[in-house]
Amino acid sequence: MEYLSQIILIAVGAAIVNNFVLSYFVGICPFIGVSRRVDMAFGMGCAVTFVISVAGFLSWVFTYYLLRSGAPLSTWIYHLCGGTGDSDLSILNYIVYIFLIAASVQLVEMYLRKFFPPLYKSFGVFLPLITTNCAILFACLEIMKHISGDNPWDLGQSLTFAFFGGVGFTLALLIMAGIREDLELCNVPKSLRGAGITLVIAGILAMAFMGFNGVNASLQKALVVKPAHATQTAVMGDVEQMVKKTNLAEETK
Amino acid sequence: MPDNNGPTAFERFINGILPENPTYRQVLGMCPTLAVTATMKASMTMAGAVAFVLICSNIIVSLIRHLIKPHLRILVFTLIIATFVTIADKFLAAFMPDMSDQLGPYIPLIIVNCIIICRCEVCAAKQSVGPAIADAVGQSIGFALGLSTVATVRELLASGSWFGIELFWNGSATEGYRWAIMGLAPGAFLTLGLLMGLANWLSAKFEKKAA
Repeated sequence: MEYLSQIILIAVGAAIVNNFVLSYFVGICPFIGVSRRVDMAFGMGCAVTFVISVAGFLSWVFTYYLLRSGAPLSTWIYHLCGGTGDSDLSILNYIVYIFLIAASVQLVEMYLRKFFPPLYKSFGVFLPLITTNCAILFACLEIMKHISGDNPWDLGQSLTFAFFGGVGFTLALLIMAGIREDLELCNVPKSLRGAGITLVIAGILAMAFMGFNGVNASLQKALVVKPAHATQTAVMGDVEQMVKKTNLAEETK
Repeated sequence: MPDNNGPTAFERFINGILPENPTYRQVLGMCPTLAVTATMKASMTMAGAVAFVLICSNIIVSLIRHLIKPHLRILVFTLIIATFVTIADKFLAAFMPDMSDQLGPYIPLIIVNCIIICRCEVCAAKQSVGPAIADAVGQSIGFALGLSTVATVRELLASGSWFGIELFWNGSATEGYRWAIMGLAPGAFLTLGLLMGLANWLSAKFEKKAA
């Protein structure tokens, strides 16, 4: 039960409360670039969700068994070669992640082309773009951070985080595309057309999404019976608390 | 492929700063521009890290440009960039731990920053070392300019300070005037959107005057 509630908290946190696009600012390039039409936005969102889940899975496996300090597989190889103590390959993290992302994009592309040709036709244009989508690398990095933390994520939690991060990305992209389709009919000032007005709208959307800030805390209260040191999702209070925090940080500086 | 056509090294340098400013004209590298510009200090650290990675990777790519197979070039670029980002990340973690904590995942995210891949692809893969360095330096200054304009607006409005130096709204009586929203996510989007509009408006005005 506790595990399930943790999963729910991670899912809600990744998809809505700390939306990838609107509160972490990752994946802004496709957010501005492919949000003109709803169907294209949906295709891009699905492709990203798909790749992010595959890359999240691969990065958890690689980080857990090979890269983190004291990882079982690399330590075993290290001992086989006559070393003692734990091995630590975490300096290779970024390079391995980039390889994993490129590989999973390749894999997804080949798989789709072979088994789902119509889907491949609709995803096809977006797939190469995804390799340099920061949302995917960001998910890998978060998983890395949480594996080496005090209360490490297991595979299920990491996959949930990655998948629902992708869902949140799709959600933001879809909302944006819906607004921009209507915006075609409006008389936007000439200098704001394109990226400018998109960013202003994103600002208003981000403000709306800040309204979800309390959701995680109350969900946690409702789900977790014992005091929750167990969840690692960043549970932020309402706006006031955040403001207080920033003020405090500045005072200490 | 002839090495010396198109703009000279100096023109490339100038181009990067205003006419082809990465933030406002090319709309590249939006993630760090939005994410780290809450304070001037953080954004300048970011600009320094990006400049280091951009210049080093441009040099390396330019040196090995005849060896790269065309269909593998993006992967090679990313690997070179990832190496330098690891160096920058470890450097920051060792010498500026508080900045490293504050920037968090955005330092490793330099790997997928479009500015660097774009410059490697457009310039360094086709030019000799001299123009490539000039181009990288110009683009880095342009990027720093973009970051600093956004950060200036946001930090001034959010806390009344600039580079951590308190200018106004710092007494307990006037603290309530701070625009807290500017330091949070929506402020980043709004500031950048409006500044981009301003940049477009200004450049349209100057072009009209020149014509």
